[in-house]
Amino acid sequence: MHDAKRSSSTPVPTAASILEKYPPERDRILSALHEMQVRVPGKSWISDEELAETARHFNIPLAELDGVVSFYALFSRKKRGEHVIRLCDSLSCRICGSLDLYHHLRERLGITRGMTTGDRRFTLEIVNCLGACSTAPNMMIDDRLVSGLSVAEIDTLLDGFEEVES
Amino acid sequence: MNVALRINGKPISVPSHTSVLEAAAVAGVEIPTLCRHEDLLPKGVCGMCLVKIDGQAGFKRACVTQAEEGMSVNTSTPDIRQIRRGLIELVLAAHPTDCLQCIKHGKCELQDLAEKLEVRDLRFDQYTRGLPVDRTSASIVRDMNKCIGCGRCVEVCNDVQTVGSIFFHGRGSDTIVSPAYGTHMGDSVCTNCGQCVVYCPVGALYEHELIDDVWTSIDNPEKMVVAQVAPAVRVSLGEEFGMQPGDLTVGKLYAALKTLGVDVVFDTNFSADLTIMEEGTELLERLQKGGPFPLITSCSPGWIKFGETFFPNLLENVSSCKSPQQMLGALTKTYFAKTRNIDPSRIVSLSIMPCTAKKFESARPEMNASGFRDVDYVLTTRELARMIRQAGIDFATLPEVSPDPLMSSYTGAATIFGASGGVMEAALRTAYEIATGTTLEQIEFADVRGMDGVKEAAVDVGGTTVRVAVSNGLGNARILLNRIAENKRAGKESYHFVEIMACAGGCIGGGGQPLENTFARRAERMKGLYREDRTLPRRKSHENPEVTQIYADFLDHPGSERAHQLLHTHYVEREAYPGLR
Amino acid sequence: MSGIRYITTFTDSTKPLDLVEYCTLGGMSGLQKALKSESKQVIETVKQSGLKGRGGAGFDTGRKWESLAVNGDRYLVCNADEGEPGTFKDRYIMERAPFLILEGMIIAAYATGAHTGYIYIRGEYPDVARTIESAIKLATEGGYLGENILGSGYSFNIEVRIGGGSYVVGDETALLNSLMGNRGYPLLKPPFPTERGLWDRPTIVNNVETLSYVPLILARGPEAFAAIGPADSPGPKMYSVSGHVREPGVYEYPMGTTVRELIDAAGGVNGTLKAVQIGGTAGPVYGVASLDYALDFASMRKQGGSLGSGAVVVMNSGVHMSQVLEVTMRFYAEESCGQCFPCRYGTRQLDFMAHQLAAGRGKTDYLDRIRETAHVMFGASFCPFGQSVTLPINSLLDNFGDEIVSFVKQQQFLKEVG
Repeated sequence: MHDAKRSSSTPVPTAASILEKYPPERDRILSALHEMQVRVPGKSWISDEELAETARHFNIPLAELDGVVSFYALFSRKKRGEHVIRLCDSLSCRICGSLDLYHHLRERLGITRGMTTGDRRFTLEIVNCLGACSTAPNMMIDDRLVSGLSVAEIDTLLDGFEEVES
Repeated sequence: MNVALRINGKPISVPSHTSVLEAAAVAGVEIPTLCRHEDLLPKGVCGMCLVKIDGQAGFKRACVTQAEEGMSVNTSTPDIRQIRRGLIELVLAAHPTDCLQCIKHGKCELQDLAEKLEVRDLRFDQYTRGLPVDRTSASIVRDMNKCIGCGRCVEVCNDVQTVGSIFFHGRGSDTIVSPAYGTHMGDSVCTNCGQCVVYCPVGALYEHELIDDVWTSIDNPEKMVVAQVAPAVRVSLGEEFGMQPGDLTVGKLYAALKTLGVDVVFDTNFSADLTIMEEGTELLERLQKGGPFPLITSCSPGWIKFGETFFPNLLENVSSCKSPQQMLGALTKTYFAKTRNIDPSRIVSLSIMPCTAKKFESARPEMNASGFRDVDYVLTTRELARMIRQAGIDFATLPEVSPDPLMSSYTGAATIFGASGGVMEAALRTAYEIATGTTLEQIEFADVRGMDGVKEAAVDVGGTTVRVAVSNGLGNARILLNRIAENKRAGKESYHFVEIMACAGGCIGGGGQPLENTFARRAERMKGLYREDRTLPRRKSHENPEVTQIYADFLDHPGSERAHQLLHTHYVEREAYPGLR
Repeated sequence: MSGIRYITTFTDSTKPLDLVEYCTLGGMSGLQKALKSESKQVIETVKQSGLKGRGGAGFDTGRKWESLAVNGDRYLVCNADEGEPGTFKDRYIMERAPFLILEGMIIAAYATGAHTGYIYIRGEYPDVARTIESAIKLATEGGYLGENILGSGYSFNIEVRIGGGSYVVGDETALLNSLMGNRGYPLLKPPFPTERGLWDRPTIVNNVETLSYVPLILARGPEAFAAIGPADSPGPKMYSVSGHVREPGVYEYPMGTTVRELIDAAGGVNGTLKAVQIGGTAGPVYGVASLDYALDFASMRKQGGSLGSGAVVVMNSGVHMSQVLEVTMRFYAEESCGQCFPCRYGTRQLDFMAHQLAAGRGKTDYLDRIRETAHVMFGASFCPFGQSVTLPINSLLDNFGDEIVSFVKQQQFLKEVG
């Protein structure tokens, strides 16, 4: 599984070094793509070059691999911010205040759904059920579930991200 | 083993493993379909073919449901009709309403279905994708606003042709068919074979039209338009005018071109005979030298790009001969220009082809041996038909005329180029006689004919057993080439001579052929070419008097320096995973 | 009615990755019993228990195992792609009792002759995947996985596979398709996975909760399990209760518990009860009458719905039902795989119309059009996802249609009078 945080002293793995860990069999494609997506700290997308190398490794046509990637909501073929916020707006979260969170994030970050902040720090996505409905409203920041927090608590969390990086 | 069942009360008996859809056809009942095509696997995605089977809950898709003993099927209940109607309205609500300007107007399966279902109302809110049309390919245009997601092109490109330049992208109602994100047809591994165009039911994939450019040239008094026509066209063009696939209409074809205003009409079959001289010589040289084997034919530009992309280490096996189209183009601007004392810069070289990849081929940078573009414009059979209709010509009543002399006479060997196995057979007819110095009595090689994917034969040429293989369709090419590559790696010999055609059936199944371009029609067109072969007085390429003439007057001998300069070419390796820098 | 402690015996543990603790609570005793009997006997035991699939389809688990075609390699796949909105019981079990799932998988593999198993975990549960991977490592070290399990001679290995984010991949054929590295399109049935599944080999796909009950059926006996709840849908069930209740969470109660009893267990309604959605987003939205409905497969079918995953989302009077329609239709549109025409085009139109209605706009015939679209999707969709859209739509429009329409009229009025 991928780690969201990596210390700055760890060298960035090449695409090839990631791929060589995976036997070139199709049932390993999604796992390889997940790892490829976060290959570089702060990166959360799959580039053309990474896609081509992955396609070559798994011996699958480029268009087909891109077709597989584009089917799944967690992957992106476009650059995203350093941190991807995924806000759930399925029924339980909606009736327990997801819109309050949405409006707050919109205000604080100055972006709407699908956009990335100007400083490229955050991307805001709206997703479907994250499977933690009893502590709604829910969101994920990178691979971490943020569940049942108040607006104030979320602000503190986002402040924390910004401090680490500045 | 047969099964007995009832369709709408009518009892019928069909072989086991028949689908309910096919069984209904036997009972004379037509069940509407949209995503299905007789040549491809049934997918069951459109939902149009719903039927009610007694004792089974819900509705079943007739195309993927097997007819079973004792089944009672109802194909048109009120509920089914209502669902079909709602379904087509949903499809139409997402489809552009520019039928009147669409290239498929009158030939569109969605239009046909809407008419069949008597759509009178569009109750849903209309929307379109608003995507740009992809015109980056020399051969094929993609308009994803019209794509209905039937999946035929995805199956054809990936599973049948094994090229893989397009696939489904996105999810849900955003799903389109496209090359990888950020790339276009023009920079993908697309081989331009146009089989996707053949199977697209709507106007989402179509040929890159050059009709207006050709009209401009014809209308320009400064320009002399010199046309050539491919073998496959003469047994297919008639389909656009109410005739049968396989009907020979070559005289009318010449007449149509003249009536349109083309100045000079030659025949690609002439240069097909010429190709045999050049390539036959190449084959004999390799047989003498002991390799490299196999020699692989090079007249199918779809196959050439496929080879350059996926089998670059076999390029050294490919014949250096240009395709007949390109040979004739080069000679038009040199030999013809010189003979008739015409300034070659005035000449517009036009070719009429069954093929979409020929458009790409004519635009390849190296195809300028004449000092000009050897071939300026390629029109597909369908485009020529449109021009004929635009000009108001009644094709069926045109009198037969002759083409212009110099580069238009041909033998039976040339005309069968349009069928899979034809190039091979033509080459064998000539190679045999030249190598042995004796007459070949049995000139028909049945083993290399027909629609089978890979065909093999062994021919005794003066004591040497020449092993040959023929493949049609790129998926079969891949199978054959993998076999050849493996043998090469193991140091074994597989074949001496191999013919590869990109399209099932050969050129008569090309991406530019009249629709419907089904396998059944391709088989009929092939028969038409073999019939013509039998009627012709000369059936071996080396017997063509104009070929003898061109060597005497211009080229000197096969493989000469001038022949190499004008009639031979080279290939380039291409990236199989474009995107890697 | 009071809760029942089967799975919750283990999920209440504070040390989910402590194998010793797990065994102390009774873990691995089911496996030991299984390995002492014939594999056919294990299948019989599960059949006797009457266990029905807990993922949503409700198919008899023992019969599914029995129907597995018997020649050559076969696979066992645990469906951990929990995506039904309102459902969180599988996450709960995986986080807190990972060994229970593994034990269930090992018993299932032994019963059906599979030597390779996969657990397909949705990509949105990365921490859960890490827990499961640790559990697999510990179980292997403990001799419960790998070669010669507990000296029985039987070998079984489990690998984790991660999803990419797609709801439909929870459908068993779509899951197998995705596992094989494809777009997550559902496939035609027949053939069923038990005939031709993963790489065309016979495959069993079972839900996390289903597999979690298997060790307990073996350990405590199938009769005890079958005695709980109604005869045609026996055993305990992990209900996911969320929304406007005071104590939302996972509640293990007998099958057939009523909505009222479950809401009481969850601390009662926060506010005044208005509506309940049962079975997930692909489930009907009922009014207050649903309080007396019994939450088991047969009873819910009688009410024109489905128990589904056993999700219960409680809505109070503060919820406007056009919001519920909008959120639900947007879910369908975003999660439709796009393979078949009715669902691909239908969900887009439904999403658009529901959006308009929730915004107080929309044409007068939208409600009819919505029903018609749902009807087309019900009849013509390729898979149960598209077919299920009539459940939320018909119930919402039947029970709350007036509210949706009057909101539109109100907005139109305000617009017109300026």
